[in-house]
Amino acid sequence: MSAKIVVGLDGGGSGNRAVDYAKKLAGQIGSCELILVYVIEWSPFTFQTPEENEERHKRREEEISAAQSRIIQPALGRLADEGIPIRGLVKHGDVAETLDRVAKQEKADQIVVARTSETGMIRRIFGSSTANLVMHSTVPVTVVG
Amino acid sequence: MTYKTAFTAAALALCTAAAHAQEAPGIDERVNDAFAAATGPFVGFIFSSLPGTDFPWIVLWLVIAASVFTIYFGFIQIRAFVHSIQLVKGDYSDPDDAGEVSHFQALTTALSGTVGLGNIAGVAVAVGIGGPGATFWMILAGLLGMASKFTECTLGVKYRNEYPDGTVSGGPMYYMKKGFAERNLPGGGFLAILFSIFCILGALGGGNMFQANQAHAQIIGVTGDYPGWITGTVMALVVFAVIVGGIKSIARVTEKVVPFMGVLYVGAALVILLINFDQIGWAFGEIFRGAFTDTGIVGGAIGALIQGFRRAAFSNEAGVGSAAIAHSAVRTKEPVTEGFVSLLEPFIDTVVICTMTALVITISGQLMIDAETGNYLISEGAIQTVGGTSGVALTSAAFESAFSWFPYVLVIAVILFAFSTMISWSYYGLKAWTYMFGEGKAKELIFKVIFCLFVIVGAAAELDAVIGFSDAAIFSMALVNILALYFLMPVVRRELRSYQERLKSGEIKKFIH
Repeated sequence: MSAKIVVGLDGGGSGNRAVDYAKKLAGQIGSCELILVYVIEWSPFTFQTPEENEERHKRREEEISAAQSRIIQPALGRLADEGIPIRGLVKHGDVAETLDRVAKQEKADQIVVARTSETGMIRRIFGSSTANLVMHSTVPVTVVG
Repeated sequence: MTYKTAFTAAALALCTAAAHAQEAPGIDERVNDAFAAATGPFVGFIFSSLPGTDFPWIVLWLVIAASVFTIYFGFIQIRAFVHSIQLVKGDYSDPDDAGEVSHFQALTTALSGTVGLGNIAGVAVAVGIGGPGATFWMILAGLLGMASKFTECTLGVKYRNEYPDGTVSGGPMYYMKKGFAERNLPGGGFLAILFSIFCILGALGGGNMFQANQAHAQIIGVTGDYPGWITGTVMALVVFAVIVGGIKSIARVTEKVVPFMGVLYVGAALVILLINFDQIGWAFGEIFRGAFTDTGIVGGAIGALIQGFRRAAFSNEAGVGSAAIAHSAVRTKEPVTEGFVSLLEPFIDTVVICTMTALVITISGQLMIDAETGNYLISEGAIQTVGGTSGVALTSAAFESAFSWFPYVLVIAVILFAFSTMISWSYYGLKAWTYMFGEGKAKELIFKVIFCLFVIVGAAAELDAVIGFSDAAIFSMALVNILALYFLMPVVRRELRSYQERLKSGEIKKFIH
């Protein structure tokens, strides 16, 4: 039975570090599938105008296709020649919760994420997605420095 | 014509009109006279009384409908209350649908269209004319209205249009047309057009002029008197910037600030009630006394009932059909779930917020009571108040008696509430407009410009003329909408039964435990 690793992308350099590390792990394990996940931060508890609601479905489709082409495809491209089974997913929701949910659904063995780049004020107020994931995840998490 | 040139042209036109008005004093009176003359017959018809009584037939129409839906759906507002809250919390939302409009978002968008001046000024009008007893009937109307809202919003989602580009349009005009056709009933198309006409009038009346009028009244209460067209012009320009200029940031900011103002308003009311804890029992006593006995107000207990029902309908819009437009954007496979969620709206709007306002006004002692008879002192059809205030000024005076700075907060709250309600109603009106005339930038622009001009008229016209027309326009929507709901309620019952069976069998399950 092959192993499964969920890799959290953030659309930046730290996401690439996570991908590189997961690739190394997969190589060591031998038979291992990588699932790259990019989460679009979204909350069901925000206030919207009627127009925003009317166009929401359309915007969601646009957000997903933009994330596919800008983030998932390049990441898949980086691993195309490695011969590792690989898939990419785009999800909406809270980053930590969503990565954990995908990992559970896919029965993944672990989640690999990079240390996030939020610093100072923002992290103090909102906390970091990585820290939240480490605190609440039900699947082992590896944080790449 | 591009948006930018249209924007500049209209802004110029408005400024010229304003400058012209400055040279001709008394424009307020002229606008008011013309307005009262033009809308008088329409208002008269809608509020004509049942033969031999002074009970407006339209109020009876709403109450009967709300009662029929309550019984037909087996007191759905009580049975489904807990489930509705679970839906709003997202307990039954599939995580794979994340990113779509949630139940919470649909509810709060609809609420920002209804929570507003109706809760602050409308209640003061009801209590100022009908006495505290009007509150009892307002709460009852709110509770019954939950069933009307449930019915219309379920249909709104079920029969909405989903376009290939992913946008949606829904509302009474769509369920009238599609629902009637599905059941092989004639006249659906005609009702849809009639509803659309009334919806446009309602958008211009209650959703626009009433708001501008009361916002102006509140501003002059703080700054001192000045002509209404000045406030009107400024508000019209801001509304214009949002709905025509596409300056979404203003709308977004408003949508985010309004809920906090709502919380602040309820919070302040709660603090006042806590301070006067010992009087709450007395205030409820007054509410019951006024609801069932003659306390000297015009029309006695029936007068209280009429005022209560009227203001409740205007505040929570149950049976009017506007919420069906707002709620239809939600992404759900089960239309009835949106019905459940929407039934919380009259509860929050009327049963909670309106009651708060009424209690504060009653406790503040602004309404003058004859010490000997215990009856309210009446002059010109309304209860005499300490400062001779009515409408939003009465609410303001009541809050001021506890917090001297509150009128300033209320000015901001009123302007923001008025503004968010205008934005919501400009959307409802536009949906009705495009239903009739088709979609297209030029067609939409015409409606939007008319909408902005009515902001100025609303701020300049006298309160009586504006309230009369606002009520009449909103109630006419209810006239057509409720008729359609009677014909389509079996559809809702079918949806409800099927949903309940699947909920019971476990086919519909919670995602969050």
